[in-house]
Amino acid sequence: MERKIRVLIAKPGLDGHDRGAKVVARALRDAGMEVIYTGLRQTPPMIAEAALQEDVDVVGLSILSGAHMALVPRVLEEMRRRGLDDVALFVGGIIPPDDVAPLKEMGVREVFGPGTNTHDVVTFIRQAVDEPTA
Amino acid sequence: MNQRRNLDGARLAQEARQGNRRALARLLSLVENGAPAGLIALSELFPYTGQAHIIGITGSPGAGKSSLLNRLAHAFRQSGTRVAIVAVDPTSPFSGGALLGDRLRMRTLINDDGIFIRSMASRGHPGGIARATHDAVMLLDAVGYPVILVETVGAGQAQVDVARVAHTVVLVEAPGMGDDIQALKAGLMEIADIIVVNKADRPDARQTMRMLQSVRHGGPSGHHGPGGDAPAPPADADAWEVPILLTSALEERGIAELQAAILAHRQYLSASGQWAARLAQHARAEVELWLRRHFEALQTAHLPPERWESAVDAVAARQAAPAAVAQNLLEELLASICHRRRGEC
Repeated sequence: MERKIRVLIAKPGLDGHDRGAKVVARALRDAGMEVIYTGLRQTPPMIAEAALQEDVDVVGLSILSGAHMALVPRVLEEMRRRGLDDVALFVGGIIPPDDVAPLKEMGVREVFGPGTNTHDVVTFIRQAVDEPTA
Repeated sequence: MNQRRNLDGARLAQEARQGNRRALARLLSLVENGAPAGLIALSELFPYTGQAHIIGITGSPGAGKSSLLNRLAHAFRQSGTRVAIVAVDPTSPFSGGALLGDRLRMRTLINDDGIFIRSMASRGHPGGIARATHDAVMLLDAVGYPVILVETVGAGQAQVDVARVAHTVVLVEAPGMGDDIQALKAGLMEIADIIVVNKADRPDARQTMRMLQSVRHGGPSGHHGPGGDAPAPPADADAWEVPILLTSALEERGIAELQAAILAHRQYLSASGQWAARLAQHARAEVELWLRRHFEALQTAHLPPERWESAVDAVAARQAAPAAVAQNLLEELLASICHRRRGEC
């Protein structure tokens, strides 16, 4: 039986910079994962529905616009509404340090800022899949 | 691994039949992974299959398959038809990972309950679709999607497996695909039921269409099934003539004509008896595939990895020929099965 880690990489909101998202997507692919890349300007319902249909283990959001405190709760709400409580969510992008704790409080499993080594993202995802939260 | 993977196939099958999309999504993973629960679900659901019109979309990388499929799915939705999409992208032979980007061009479909899109990695299967693509299509068929669009990987000339799954194969070409000798070569062109020259917004599109038209009459059309065992339809007036259409996914041109051609092909299949013939071809391909899968499982169960290694080493060192070594392995496999069944073989 062949089991691959499936990850959705999505960009919610209106910022048009997807370079970081693509770098992460490629690094995860090179780590042997199946990465579903949805591209720019996704709404929270679109992201949650894609996560459901693709049966992913992990969702990664790339947000550079500063709108993370507004977007992340809406994505989490849409995911919960679809019963995706066991799908880990991580956020990458430009997130001020003061926002990290509130994001984790909401249910974000990890936050990655600029300069993150992609190896750390790979390690995080492998751990998140091995040890799902209750 | 993850505890949520310990799932009950029969229960999921029932939930998926009742319209639970999460159950369907999980079943798709289970069949893709070859998990026992997935096999149970497939057996449960098999009686409900055979209803959907399965449409394969194939063609070279960058021809515009995903964009065209997006438009086509919209056209079906406008006529009220629910649509499922299986989009296959290649798995890296180096890392085993894959970047599945077909959703990128299907974004306008995602806020629609009548659409279900599943991306699939080829996982090393060479024919342009994944090994489990047919299983995925069966699940989507069984839960009631009347139209299923299967997009292959950017396909080369010999990647014709989509014909083992689809009733109607749409070959998407981009302008400037090569000269008429390319078109005469065996392979993709031969499995096409409908040929589309996409990117009609480009100036050389008509020229490509004319070139394809000029070679179309070179042989019988509308035949199906790689391997040559499928009878071609009779070359009479009732035979299907492969239409060659111009489309522009970008400018949304030719989409209604493409949809009409697909529906006409569906009608043709029913009226000519070819529908049943294709179902029989698909059944044969599936049984063959499963026989190979079962055999592979036997190999894994009965031949230890070190035995494989020694066999491979012997061939690499030129001590034995590959065919003879494989014959020995087969004998050992049979003996091992016999032994485990206490001689009842």
